[in-house]
Amino acid sequence: MSGLILGIETSCDETAAAVVDSAKTVRSSVVSSQIDLHARFGGVVPEVASRAHLDLMIPVVAESLVSAGVEGNEVDAVAATTGPGLVGSLLVGVTAAKSLSLVWDVPFVSVNHLEAHLYASFLEEPDLDFPLVVLLVSGGHTMLVLMEAHGRYRVLGSTLDDAAGEAFDKVARYLGLEYPGGPAIDALAVEGDPTAFDYPRALVQENPDTMAEDRKLAFSFSGLKTAVINHVRNNPDVSTADVAASFQEAVVEVLVTKAKWAAAATGAKGLCLGGGVAANSRLREKFLDACIETGVQSFIPSRSMCTDNAAMVAAAGWWCLQMDGSSPLNTGADPNWGLPERLNS
Amino acid sequence: MIQISTKSVEETKRFGAELAGIARAGDLILLCGDLGAGKTSFTQGFGLALGVTSPITSPTFTLANCYEGNLIINHLDVYRLTHIEETRDLGLHELVDGHSVTLIEWGDVIIGALPDGYIEIRFNLGETSDDRDINIQFSGPDWEDRFEAIEAIKERLC
Repeated sequence: MSGLILGIETSCDETAAAVVDSAKTVRSSVVSSQIDLHARFGGVVPEVASRAHLDLMIPVVAESLVSAGVEGNEVDAVAATTGPGLVGSLLVGVTAAKSLSLVWDVPFVSVNHLEAHLYASFLEEPDLDFPLVVLLVSGGHTMLVLMEAHGRYRVLGSTLDDAAGEAFDKVARYLGLEYPGGPAIDALAVEGDPTAFDYPRALVQENPDTMAEDRKLAFSFSGLKTAVINHVRNNPDVSTADVAASFQEAVVEVLVTKAKWAAAATGAKGLCLGGGVAANSRLREKFLDACIETGVQSFIPSRSMCTDNAAMVAAAGWWCLQMDGSSPLNTGADPNWGLPERLNS
Repeated sequence: MIQISTKSVEETKRFGAELAGIARAGDLILLCGDLGAGKTSFTQGFGLALGVTSPITSPTFTLANCYEGNLIINHLDVYRLTHIEETRDLGLHELVDGHSVTLIEWGDVIIGALPDGYIEIRFNLGETSDDRDINIQFSGPDWEDRFEAIEAIKERLC
C-alpha cells in the first residue's frame, strides 16, 4: 500500500514535521530545535517547551509540506507522537494532527515515541533481518528491545534508575558545561584520557551466564553519576576533559557490553542503535567494533535520524496503520506510555 | 527537626521503606538535596515497601511518574521547573489528593505553591562519599502526630 504520511513530533524540545512515503522515502523532514531557548535554564523547561511548540507547529508543518512538494489534500494519513514525553508538549502535536486529519478527512494515527525510534533504522536500511536487537538510548530512556517482526517487540531490559542521556546531562551540568550535555561531553572527551579514572560500571562486572535475568540486561547509571559528582567535588582541580572522557567511557562500555549480551541471549541477526545518545561518537565507534567482533549485522542511523525527528514518526505511523488501523480522535497524550508489546497479540 | 544518618544507598532505601510504613493517603513528601544525594534511592525503597513491583526510575524526563502499590504513589521531579507557576502544568494540586501519596524531588524549589502540611527530607552529603546526613522537618498536624513514629524509625536505623 502506498501512502503519504505526515508525521508530527513534539514529545520534548524539538518541534518536527515530515512527509514520508510508505515508510520508505523521506520527502521532507523539518526539525526546529528549542535548544537555544532551553540552554539558559540547563534543561528543558516544560512551560517554555509547550509555548514554543505552539508558535512553531504551523510553520514547521507548512514547511514540511512545501519542501515535500505536497498539498495538504494529497496526504493519506496524519501520525503524531502521543507519548511518552512532556504532556504539555505532546498535546500540541496531538491536537494539530487530529485537527489536520479532520480537515483533510484522512486517518489519524497515534504513534509511540519509542516505537518511532525503532523505525528510524528501517527508514535508512529497509532490508534489516529479524530478529533484531535495538539499543535505544536517549535523555528519557535506556533500553534493549528485541524486534521479532514489524510490530512485535519485547523489552529485554531497561534502566533501573537514570537514563544514560540524563546522566550525561546531569554530569555536564555539574561540570559547568552547556546544555545539552551529551554533545558537550562528547566534544570535551576528545581532549581527555578515557582511562584517567576508573568510574564504576554497574551490572556488567559479573558473569552474564549466572546473573539473574532481570539484572542481566538492565542498566543503572545513578551510581556512576554520583561517583563522578563526588570525585569532582573532592578534587575541584581535576581535568574536566579527563572526567568527561572517563565518564563517557564508562557509559559506553556498559551500553555496548549489554547490547552484545542481548544479541547473544536472543540469537539476533542484527544490532541497531537509536535515540539521541546514539549520536555520541564514542558510542558509535565502540558499537560498530562490537558488531564486527561478534559477527552480527549492524546498523547505526545517521545522527539526524537518531535524535528526535518526525520522519521516524511518519514511518512508524505507516506501519501502525497497517497493523492496527487508524486511532480514534479521542486519543489523548500519555506521558508515561511504554513501548507497546504486541508479542503475544 | 529530626536527624538521621545513613551509610550506604541500601540504608537510604531502608529509610524510605521505614517511612513508607507510616505513610498515609494524602501525604506530601518533599525530597531535597544535590544531584546524587539519594532522592530517587529513597523513593525506590519507599515504593518497594508499598508493593510497587515495576522499577522506580528517575522522573526528571517525564516530570511525573505514577505507581500503584498498596497506595498510589506520585513521583514528581521539579528539577527543571524555574517558575512556581509551572507547577500548574504538572497538575500538582490535582495529584495531591486523599487517595495517593506524593513525593516531589527538588520540592523545596516550589514550596510556595504547595498545599499546607508536608514532610521535608533533606539529604546532605556526609563525611565519606557514601554517608548521608538526613534532616527531617514537617509542618501541619498530620505529620506532628507522627513525630514519635519517626523517632522510632531513627532508633531502628541506628
